[in-house]
Amino acid sequence: MTATHSQIEALVRPEPVRHHVPHGPELPGHWMQVINLSVWYGARQAVEGVNMTVRPKAATAIIGPSGCGKSTFIRCLNRMHEVGAGVNRVSGQVLLDGHDIYAPSVDPVKVRRHIGMVFQRPNPFPSMSVAENVVAGLRLVSNPTKSQVDETVERCLDQAALWDEVKDKLSASGASLSGGQQQRLCIARALAVSPDVLLMDEPCSALDPIATAKIEQLIIELKRDYTIVIVTHNMQQAQRVADETAFFLAAEDRIGRLVEMAPTGQLFAHPADERTAAYVAGRFG
Amino acid sequence: MATGPTTHPAMTALPPNARSGDAALTRAPGGVDGDRAFAGATLAAALAVPAILLAVFLLLAIDAEPALTRFGASFVTSSTWDNVKEQFGTLPYIYGTVVTSLLALVLATPVGLGAALFITEYAPRRLRTPVAFTIELLAAIPSIVFGLWGFFALTPVMRSTVEPFLKATIGPVPVVGALFQGPSLGKDLFTGGVILAIMILPTVVAISREVLLAVPTMQREGMLALGATKWEAISGAVLPYARAGIAGAAILGLARALGETMAVTMVIGNSSRKITGSLLTPGYTMASAIANQFNEADNELYFSAVVGVAAILLVVSALVNLFARVLIWSITRNAAQGARA
Repeated sequence: MTATHSQIEALVRPEPVRHHVPHGPELPGHWMQVINLSVWYGARQAVEGVNMTVRPKAATAIIGPSGCGKSTFIRCLNRMHEVGAGVNRVSGQVLLDGHDIYAPSVDPVKVRRHIGMVFQRPNPFPSMSVAENVVAGLRLVSNPTKSQVDETVERCLDQAALWDEVKDKLSASGASLSGGQQQRLCIARALAVSPDVLLMDEPCSALDPIATAKIEQLIIELKRDYTIVIVTHNMQQAQRVADETAFFLAAEDRIGRLVEMAPTGQLFAHPADERTAAYVAGRFG
Repeated sequence: MATGPTTHPAMTALPPNARSGDAALTRAPGGVDGDRAFAGATLAAALAVPAILLAVFLLLAIDAEPALTRFGASFVTSSTWDNVKEQFGTLPYIYGTVVTSLLALVLATPVGLGAALFITEYAPRRLRTPVAFTIELLAAIPSIVFGLWGFFALTPVMRSTVEPFLKATIGPVPVVGALFQGPSLGKDLFTGGVILAIMILPTVVAISREVLLAVPTMQREGMLALGATKWEAISGAVLPYARAGIAGAAILGLARALGETMAVTMVIGNSSRKITGSLLTPGYTMASAIANQFNEADNELYFSAVVGVAAILLVVSALVNLFARVLIWSITRNAAQGARA
C-alpha cells in the first residue's frame, strides 16, 4: 500500500505521450482503495465513511436504491464531482495504485486521464465523426499522426465490439449511430487514452435490452485487461458482470453508506447484513 | 358531438336528473360564432404582416422608380451624389453600410461570445445574473444616446489615441495595413463600426448565452472525463455543439447593425467622397443618408433618389438575411442529421 516515488510522479509530472501498452497477463493491473470517504454537496452530506478496495482487472459493481449515493460515490473516484455546480467537498482518501488522488499536488485533469468514465446516457460529440470521437481524448495529450489515429480508431472500436458495425461509416457523425452503438463509441473513446481504471455510471440505463446485453458482454471482455467500477440499479446486471459487489444504502438521514461488500455470488446468495438480504430479495428499493 | 338521444354507454353514467339533450350538452347560441370571429381575427392579424410588407415594397418601388429608371445600373455603381447637378449614385452609401456592419460583426462576435462564455462557464453563480443584466441593459439605451456619447466621448479618443495606435501597429502590415491609412479624423467608418459593435453586443451576448446554456452538461462532462482542462472542454465540446446558434447570434447582430441609423450618423463623418479602402475615411451609410437628406429632398428626382436608397437598403438587408439563413440552414441541417439517434 505504500506508494513508490515514481507512482506519485505519474500523476504530477507533465504528461508524456502515451503509447498503447497491451495489458498482458503478466501485468498486475491497476487497483484503487477508498479510505473513509465522505462527500458533501454544499452543507448537505451525501456519502459517509466509505471504505472499499477495488481489485485490479476485475469488475466491481455498486448497487443500491435511488438516492443511496452510488452515483455521487463513483464520481468521486475520478474527481468528476468537482466539475458540477456548487461547492462540493470530500474528506478521506482515494488511492490509485497506492497514491492519493486528492493529494494537494495532484491535478484533477490528470486524474481523469488515468481514470476514465462512461456516463448514464451516451454522449458522443455530435460535431465529430465516429473516428474523431474515438481519438478526441488522444488529441488532448498528443498530436497523433494519421497512422496512429487509424490504428487507435480500429483497435479501440474493436475492443468496444463496434468496429464491424461502423467500419464503413467512420466519417459519419458520432451522433448518427443508434443509442447502443453510441454508448459503445463512448467506451471506445474512453479506452483510447489507455486509462488505468474505467468507471461506468449506469451505462445501460438509457438502452434497450439487446444493446444492454452487448454492453454487458463487452464489460466481461474488458475486465480481462481493465479495472472496472460499474454503478447499476439492476441487480441481475451486477450478477452477470461483476466479480465483487458493494451495496449502498441511505438511512433516514438521506446519507449514503456502504452496507456490505463481498464477492458477487456471496453477496447475493449469503448476504451478511439483513438490509442487503432484504434488498437483493426485492423487499424494497 | 351528437346533441340528440344517444345510447353511448357513458351516458348511463350521467346523474339521474340529467337527460339526453340536456343543456349541458347543447350548443350555446352564438358559441360557434364567437369561435369563428376569433379565428377570423387571428387570420386578419396574420395577413396584416405580409400586407404591410407589400405596402412598403410598393411605396418604395413607386417612389424610387423615377431615379431608378433614369440612372439604371449607375444608381448603385456610381460614386457621385450631387443634388445640384442631379447626379445620384449610391455606391459610397452601400459601401459604408456594408463595411461598418461587417466591422461591427467582426468586433462584437468575439467579445460577445467571450462575455457569454464568462457568464455561463466561469462566473460564480451569484455574479451571473448581475453581469448578464448589465450587458442586456446596453440594449435598452436609445440610439440617440449612443450617438451623443459617441460624438462627445468616443470620437475624441479615437482621433487622439486609438487610430494613431492602429496606424502605427497594423498600418505597416501588408494587406490589412491598407485598412488603416490616412489622417486620424475620429469621425469615420472605423468609429461607425465600433459604435455599431457596442450597440449589437447585447444581442450577441444574449443569444450566445441562451445557446451555451442549451449545451447539455453531458457534453462538457464527456470531454472532461477524457482528461480535458476546462478550456479544452469548452473549445472541444461546448463551442462545436453550439456553433450554429453562435452563428445565428452573430447574424442577428449583423441584421441589427445594417439598419441602425442615428448613432452611426453622428460619428461616421457623413461624407460620400471617393471610396479609399481605408477604414479611417469619413463615410456615409444608407440609413444615415436617408435620415440626413429626406427633409431637404425638395425636387422629385432628389426625393426619388433618397427613396431609392431606402429600396436598396431593404434589398441589401434581405440579401444578408437570406445569406444568414442559408448559412445557418447548412449548419443546422448537419446538426439535425447528427442529432438523429
